[in-house]
Amino acid sequence: MIKDITIGQYIPGDSFVHKLDPRVKILISLIYIVDLFIVNSFKGYIFIVAFTVISILVSRVQFVYIYRGLKPIFILVLITAILNMFMTGGVNPPIFKWKFLVVYREGLIMAAFMTIRLIFLIVGTSLLTLTTSPIELTDGIEKLLNPMKKIGVPAHELAMMMTIALRFIPTLMDETDKIMKAQMARGADFQSGSIIQRAKSLVPILVPLFISSFRRADELAMAMEARCYRGGEGRTRMKQLKLTNRDFIASACTAVLVFISVLGRMWWH
Amino acid sequence: MSIKIENLTHVYMKGSPFEKKALDNIDIEIKDGEFVALIGHTGSGKSTLIQHINGLLKPTSGKIIIDGVDITEKKINLNFIRKKVGLVFQYPEYQLFEETIEKDIAFGPKNLGLTNDDIVKRVKRAMNMVGLEYEEYKDKSPFELSGGQKRRVAIAGVVAMEPKVLILDEPTAGLDPKGRDDILGEIRSLHDEYNMTIILVSHSMEDVAKLADRIIVMNKGKCILDGSPAKVFNRVDVLENVGLAVPQVTYMVKKLREKGINISKDVFTVEQAKEELLKILNKS
Repeated sequence: MIKDITIGQYIPGDSFVHKLDPRVKILISLIYIVDLFIVNSFKGYIFIVAFTVISILVSRVQFVYIYRGLKPIFILVLITAILNMFMTGGVNPPIFKWKFLVVYREGLIMAAFMTIRLIFLIVGTSLLTLTTSPIELTDGIEKLLNPMKKIGVPAHELAMMMTIALRFIPTLMDETDKIMKAQMARGADFQSGSIIQRAKSLVPILVPLFISSFRRADELAMAMEARCYRGGEGRTRMKQLKLTNRDFIASACTAVLVFISVLGRMWWH
Repeated sequence: MSIKIENLTHVYMKGSPFEKKALDNIDIEIKDGEFVALIGHTGSGKSTLIQHINGLLKPTSGKIIIDGVDITEKKINLNFIRKKVGLVFQYPEYQLFEETIEKDIAFGPKNLGLTNDDIVKRVKRAMNMVGLEYEEYKDKSPFELSGGQKRRVAIAGVVAMEPKVLILDEPTAGLDPKGRDDILGEIRSLHDEYNMTIILVSHSMEDVAKLADRIIVMNKGKCILDGSPAKVFNRVDVLENVGLAVPQVTYMVKKLREKGINISKDVFTVEQAKEELLKILNKS
């Protein structure tokens, strides 16, 4: 049940996309997200779709995984689309009117745009996490945040916290599963009853889960100290991040996409 | 009160690239009052099997019939199963959550919907059964106790539901030798004095040899050996093939036999070895 969540799941591989420098991948993802909101015409989205589909094909990640990442946000997309449909005003007379529900042409277009944007936002970021291992991801973030150290942003500490958090997601899920089963074996019932009863029935899971998390945190801190961890100062890496031709090609492709989008925004609108 | 498992198969994550067959056509019948040990290498399907008997997992195919009722049917009342079969997980002390030991042990009976008087009675009885003094421990926090005592509280939490069958998944893992002997002693008495049917999952051949009437060996989701300790421990070749072993003392007896000493083959505990050796020494 809980194991169906794919956010943050990494699928090992050695495709072009997998081998990109994580810093480049993170930046491209950010630019891609901004680009989604620059484009404001259906013609413009053709290029976005093409860029995304080609990226997925090149990464050799199966579409099933991307679809699984989309499933949980389906409701969110639906609500956004419906709200946009009814809340956007227009200049022309409405195309649909029933009591207080009014739909303008602009509303329909806006709803379609928001749906496309949200879906591709998730697809793009899923592709990032699906093709980048958590370690690479946090390494990349640390490097990207490095210049901010001067103004007091603890880049290394943030990255380490993220690494540890990501590392413990599967562990905690297993743990939750185990504790749930153990309490179910003692007759606990999590599915029926009123909301208050159900909230109360979580206590037998949460208390043991917190206790074991604290224990794990304690043990991890001890193990890190035993291996002489003392923060990021002067720490070297086994795998140095280096930009290669691949990264330049990918960046160039993204630059072209942004260029087309900006031009498209001026011409097609 | 018997457990009948017929053609039980369980496949994890069916239809995904991570598909894995955990149980493959298992057929086992466990009779009332038996003390069964379930042994097997890590990942052999023991834990999956015992979770089926408690109704926590539903089989991909096959049936589990407890007391004539098929518990794999959709409409089965789970409390019915929990009243019959108690399951103590590995490291059960990690499931403790209440402020006092009494409250924690009462969690299971409360879920069964018993009256307060009944619950108190059962808590007292359960604590007595696992060797915890009721008056001394009832108001203590379970988190103040030592590892072995915590585990007893956790076992009492399941015993208090008064199941006819008690399944324990490696109840001695991570305990010191004294704690281990104590827990095994309690389990023995649950079987001998309270007539519970026991299914014990264990990695220790010594413990299994000392306690069980019957041993079931699993490998890769299949049940490969099933019988009395004498029958199972005579198949050293099969056991070693799947990464298991026979008790140390049995190896010693084998060595002695190779040296020409006429000692019985069926020696599985230190106690038996002592008697056999004394017999031989007295003769000569």
